[in-house]
Amino acid sequence: MARRTITRWPVLRQLAEGDPLGLGHSAQSDHSRNFRSRNSTAEKVVKSVCPYCAVGCGQLVYANGQEIIQIEGDPDSPLSRGRLCPKGSATKEMVNSELRELQVKYRRPHGTAWEQISLDQAMDMIADRVIQTRSQTWEDQDEQGRPLRRTMGIASLGGATIDNEENYLWRKLMVGLGVVQVENQARI
Amino acid sequence: MGSNMAECHPVAFQWIVEAQGKGGKLIHVDPRFTRTSAMANLHIPIRAGSDIAFLGGLVHYILEQERYFRDYMVAYTNAATIIDERFLDTEDLDGFFSGWNEESGTYDTSSWQYQGGVIHASAGERGAPRPSGDGVTIEGAPPHSDPTLEHPHCVFQLLRRHYARYTPEMVERVCGVSQQKFLEAAETICDNSNRERTTAFVYAVGWTQHTVGVQFIRTGAIIQLLLGNMGRTGGGVMALRGHANIQGATDIATLFDVLPGYIQVPTAKDSPDLKQFCLDQGGAAGGYWGNLEAYLVSLLKAYWGDRATPDNQFGFDYLHRVTGDHSTYQSTLGMVDGSVKGFVVLGENPAVGSAHGGLHRKALRSLDWLVVRDLYEIETASFWYDSPETQSGEVRAEDIATEVFFMPAAANAEKSGSFTNTQRLLQWHDQAVEPRGDCRSDLSFTYYLGVKIREKLAASTEARDRALLDLTWDYPLDPKSGEPSAEAVLREISGRGPDGKLLAGFGALRADGSTSSGCWIYCGAFADDQNLPNRKRPGQEQSWVAPEWGWAWPLNRRVLYNRASADPEGKPWSERKRFVYWDEAQGKWVGPDVPDFPGDRRPDYQPPPGATAEAALSGDRPFIMQADGVGWLFAPSGVVDGPFPTHYEPHESPVRNPLYEQEHNPARQIFRRRDNPYNPTAGEPGSERFPFVMTTYRLTEHHTAGGMSRFLSRLSQLQPEMFCEVSPELAQERGLRPGGWATIITERTQIEARVLVTARVSALRLGDRVVHQVGLPYHWGSRGLSRGDSANDLFPLVLDPNVHIQETKAATCDIQPGRRPRAASR
Amino acid sequence: MTAATTGRRPAVSLPMWQGGGTRMGFFTDSSICIGCKACEVACKEWNGVPDIDTGFTGNSYDNTSALGANSWRHVAFVERPRPDTGDGVQWLMNSDVCKHCTRAACLDVCPTGAIFRSEFGTVVVQDDICNGCGYCVVACPFGVLERREEPDGRAFKCTLCYDRLEVGDEPACAKACPTQSIQFGPLEELRERAEKRLEEVKREPRFAGARLYGESKDDGVGGFGAFFLLLDEPEVYGLPPKPVYRRTDLALLWGAASVAASVLTLGVMGSLRWRRR
Repeated sequence: MARRTITRWPVLRQLAEGDPLGLGHSAQSDHSRNFRSRNSTAEKVVKSVCPYCAVGCGQLVYANGQEIIQIEGDPDSPLSRGRLCPKGSATKEMVNSELRELQVKYRRPHGTAWEQISLDQAMDMIADRVIQTRSQTWEDQDEQGRPLRRTMGIASLGGATIDNEENYLWRKLMVGLGVVQVENQARI
Repeated sequence: MGSNMAECHPVAFQWIVEAQGKGGKLIHVDPRFTRTSAMANLHIPIRAGSDIAFLGGLVHYILEQERYFRDYMVAYTNAATIIDERFLDTEDLDGFFSGWNEESGTYDTSSWQYQGGVIHASAGERGAPRPSGDGVTIEGAPPHSDPTLEHPHCVFQLLRRHYARYTPEMVERVCGVSQQKFLEAAETICDNSNRERTTAFVYAVGWTQHTVGVQFIRTGAIIQLLLGNMGRTGGGVMALRGHANIQGATDIATLFDVLPGYIQVPTAKDSPDLKQFCLDQGGAAGGYWGNLEAYLVSLLKAYWGDRATPDNQFGFDYLHRVTGDHSTYQSTLGMVDGSVKGFVVLGENPAVGSAHGGLHRKALRSLDWLVVRDLYEIETASFWYDSPETQSGEVRAEDIATEVFFMPAAANAEKSGSFTNTQRLLQWHDQAVEPRGDCRSDLSFTYYLGVKIREKLAASTEARDRALLDLTWDYPLDPKSGEPSAEAVLREISGRGPDGKLLAGFGALRADGSTSSGCWIYCGAFADDQNLPNRKRPGQEQSWVAPEWGWAWPLNRRVLYNRASADPEGKPWSERKRFVYWDEAQGKWVGPDVPDFPGDRRPDYQPPPGATAEAALSGDRPFIMQADGVGWLFAPSGVVDGPFPTHYEPHESPVRNPLYEQEHNPARQIFRRRDNPYNPTAGEPGSERFPFVMTTYRLTEHHTAGGMSRFLSRLSQLQPEMFCEVSPELAQERGLRPGGWATIITERTQIEARVLVTARVSALRLGDRVVHQVGLPYHWGSRGLSRGDSANDLFPLVLDPNVHIQETKAATCDIQPGRRPRAASR
Repeated sequence: MTAATTGRRPAVSLPMWQGGGTRMGFFTDSSICIGCKACEVACKEWNGVPDIDTGFTGNSYDNTSALGANSWRHVAFVERPRPDTGDGVQWLMNSDVCKHCTRAACLDVCPTGAIFRSEFGTVVVQDDICNGCGYCVVACPFGVLERREEPDGRAFKCTLCYDRLEVGDEPACAKACPTQSIQFGPLEELRERAEKRLEEVKREPRFAGARLYGESKDDGVGGFGAFFLLLDEPEVYGLPPKPVYRRTDLALLWGAASVAASVLTLGVMGSLRWRRR
């Protein structure tokens, strides 16, 4: 809060500013006098797209350093013209929420609680599971000797909330592994 | 119809409101009176699941009142085409078409073909045309046709006959829609569909989540083709999709049966020879599928790079083969039965969002290992200690063997990449901040998982590992974060020529291995080294088509089949509706959009003998993906459950089918097993136990299975609890107290919900009986700030046979006052 | 309704806003409100308004219930039979907000000077000055003002996004509103637009009861800075049909004795500031 000086005393201000009842501008505190949209001082503004439905509304993400301070509609978008629905308007909370999971969590077979393991260890363990299950369930050909080159022991689901590049790369990896059962929300 | 646009796509709804301000009319046909109905000029309540009867009634009205746009219909549809004389209609066989095989539960579709020529989808694993509208070939002579539309076996006459009994009286009896309201809708639609005006149909999962879902949409397409509303501005059949990138995920493609760009995954029965496979899939046909080999080889080159050589058929020999339906519900059953052991879930919540949640959670309990990637700890990750089954004591965590990895994901603002919206528009989003903690993008997860697996198998000599180790997998990494570059992946998707330069479009793709493109319909998205999805020229500074905002596939075309916005001679149908048309002076198609047609193809072009692909289509055939270049009123192939949409009752229905002896879609996918019991349907003993129709839906305040909304306080406070919507009449009949509790019961389970009594849900009169409907939002589960039972737990697995989508928009139930039993009953 | 008919003419005339700048406000057109509540969320996200916890009310889709310290926008839902045909249902929705009255009783009664009239003609509570006395709560004819019990009982309400206006941005709710049911702009312009819109809306038989609410300078509060197009009587939406400007005795005293009151304010402000440091 700014230091108040004698000239900022409301009585003097009111008289000086022609607002003798003190109900107008002169009644402003330093706080409100200096109250400016946080967007106007954001270090950066990034053009984004709403992550909820498929309308694809434009979003502006305002950030200071690594902190997102506001997400609102992008008026430049010819689709949405700056507007957002309640979900789109809640995107900042979706990203910043304290309920976001920030650590890998691991639950061992028959375990009764989550355990913490490192990201690298988890990636390593998942890679091992994929390799092992794939090798155990590999189908080279069918009973008539026709090639199958696949595993039916692994399935994946999801993709409609993630990017094109992510879907593309995921499917590419699954094709490389011979994983057939790759699916997304399109069927629900 | 089948969409609650104001609630589920509110920001897109601004355009409807704006159109209404200019005199446009909105008709909303929906079981409930929703926030969309509140804005509609006319709301028509309809029994859930009876849409084909309503739409068939519209077809009947259009044909019998001669309200069709004749010039358009004759030129641009297969109305005049003559069908095989062996074809028999549901009118002849009381609910079946010719070719039904009771034993296999499928149709032999050979009698649905065009007379005098065969137009078919390439042979699939069922030994019949494949279950897809794509990849069609014509063999033999050109099909016979009768432009006078009088031949008794031409499509037009068959259509008239098929819908002859779909009268306003029948619509009233099947749908519970008054004749007066039906006729008001029919007249409004027809009055607004002609040279000067167009009408659009908008749908969402209210049309797809049925055992005849594909046929719901087909009926909409038939109406739009009859009325001349396809390929024209303000027309079309518009799917409003529910997830930010569900369109892209479908295109690119995380679906078992298609590769990126809707290329069919080869089946074990398909030819192992690449060239033959492509020929069988459409390589000899008219239309753009004729270039399939170029698209497929370019994809294989993107996957395997220099390792894709003529010796391994450019990697075709690396591709796995499918042997039937391997869709998500089959995988779920595979988990329960033990064949599927590992499961990776990327931003989806099947424990809440999929039909028969109890079966899904059983599947999760049966796995060896599970990976869940999400922003929050959703029910699919917590099933082992927090689920209806653990709460009731039915299962204990100690007894569940599944190993679970929860991997925190990065949100949209924490990564760069592109989404494809519901209008095929790719839009890039830039990263604003780095993800926190262990949170990573799915791109990072995928890339590093690939790196790890490839490292571990690097020394392998197993033949099966070649496809994995030969993948191109070197993407530039951000020096600071180590994250792979999403732009580099988009470049690979877009495609390169022999010189390594980025390609301008799919026309440049070749079958000789000299080009690569990870998804042919996305080819050109990164042309001239420009990330075109990241083009953000303000809408105010452009034409209304806004071609410089993002990039739409294919080739930045915004209105598909826009050649149809001009008449066969290439002139606009009317000045008012001028869009894409032929400019004789310039010798090309012009307009504010990119023409969806070969740019310099004259309207009077006739293909030379032996022409293939797009060269085989004459200049007045706008539907360039179709082998015959026209819209199909009659689908001779590609749809497995009938060439014409037919009204069938939902799998669980309180009433008998008033139109045919055959109650249900005979080709629907049924799973008769103890853990998937069905309610007895009308006419079966015990059906009186489930007298009401239930339907599911979303609310504006929440998102799908709740993973991105129930954990947010801002949204949870707006709709804090699971509730059901019932009419005052039903509330009285069952003693349901407003604000109190109700238990909804099916053979699968029972769930509880708070009661919202509202006149917005109305009892429908069908002939001499009244049918009540129960409305159930499906967002809730046991986690998050806003909790409640899951509506999807009530539904069974029963699927549309074409696309394997479950029927969650119409089933039967009972409803009783009070809360469900707390333990040991579920 | 004129101020005279409210029975209580203000003791001094200055409370009627006469400021120099362009008066900005809201026109909320309920005929195109789709009840999505984007306004509620956008407001809370921008202004950091705390959550509410009313639970499930069973009252249509309204789980916010009312305007208050923690709900500065509130969408009302009214279900009733269609008025023109009698059959079927009509579902009215309207996003309510502080009216930013021309003659704002809350501002006049505030003993601490926490409430002031901004250069945009809007009425803003300064949370660094408010001491939670609650006079404004009693004075407001719309029940807009409310004390936020946690942590210290100060009063909060819509500021018409004063901080955004300062930099030329529109308020968060108006910006988000998908159908532009909430329109922000110079009040005079909005009034003209609203008159035109009313004519259009009334052409539809089911909207025959449409009217403007709070656009008139002659009503009990001298007109609203945030006025509405409603499809029926204000009571239908839970709004007072004839809002009345009310000043408590303390307010009269305070309003008439400005310098003394300012000194009083200074004292209160000072003590409050010290308390929060």
